[in-house]
Amino acid sequence: MKLNNLIVFLAEDDEDDRWLFEQALTDLKIKTELSMFKNGKEMMDYLKKTDTIVPHIVFLDLNMPIKNGMECLKEMKEDENLKKIPVAIYSTSSSEKDIENTFISGANVYINKPNNFSALKKVVEKVLQLNWQYQTSNLNKENFLFRI
Amino acid sequence: MKIYVTFNLDITCNAILEEQLNKLDVQYAINGAREIVFTKKLTEQQQLGLTTSLKKYGVEVIDNQKTELIQRIKDTINEMLKDDEANLYKVSSYLSDKLDYSYTYLSNLFSEGTYTSIENFVILKKVDYVKELIATTDLSLTEIAFRLKYSSVAHLSGQFKKITGLTPTVFQKIIEKRKAFKSNKA
Repeated sequence: MKLNNLIVFLAEDDEDDRWLFEQALTDLKIKTELSMFKNGKEMMDYLKKTDTIVPHIVFLDLNMPIKNGMECLKEMKEDENLKKIPVAIYSTSSSEKDIENTFISGANVYINKPNNFSALKKVVEKVLQLNWQYQTSNLNKENFLFRI
Repeated sequence: MKIYVTFNLDITCNAILEEQLNKLDVQYAINGAREIVFTKKLTEQQQLGLTTSLKKYGVEVIDNQKTELIQRIKDTINEMLKDDEANLYKVSSYLSDKLDYSYTYLSNLFSEGTYTSIENFVILKKVDYVKELIATTDLSLTEIAFRLKYSSVAHLSGQFKKITGLTPTVFQKIIEKRKAFKSNKA
């Protein structure tokens, strides 16, 4: 049985973090197609183009120049075409307030950036698995809420 | 000399199907939805032969059996979680009894087709049920724990926290605030 590649977007301003994320995805058994953006604006502009294939999930860093993760999240949730895309926040902040605010604004997963590569791989894999189950099984998407 | 032809593709395709199916010498019926029903199960050899001979005409036999079985596994798990008596069984024996396949087969098929294991799915499904009850009913955690056969509230909260990263109380608070936030905007 063949599973299609999962389409994944990442908005992250730090070059090293982008590279690590990409390496982590390549190492997973789950096959993915990754598009990366240097800030929120780049990603939003791309998402809003009509011929863009809608990703299965987007990962958003919170602190980014020009347009930060929170602004992207809110913009996505207000857009009819984009509001259904699951959002994983990917941040170094572990402030309870940040976490709560992103969830209330519609984020599905909050990830504290792990500090080593093998933890990163595990985390990303877990998020992709969860997301897949929420897309394909009879689970309530309103309650798709995880902190990892 | 030249002649011109037009096709009625439905008739053409049905004629090809019938021609190939008749070779098998079995009873069958072609349904409207491009579905072929056999009165008796085909042998593996017959199935393979049919697939090969149809391929020449660009007709693909779709292997939906596996996808369907995965769906049946999920459905059976749902049933099991909502059924008080079934809750007493082990998932593995319940599934193999109900679906009449070995658990090893089911478990491999499931992992192959869904990126995750049956065990993980069961936990996820159970937590989803807990979330549903927290978000939409006034049941207390004690009542939810009892209903879902957790040995104690502590066990329920512990599993909930382990899987979702949130305590049931925080989850409930977030869901309420989210609803308020949405209705404020509307």
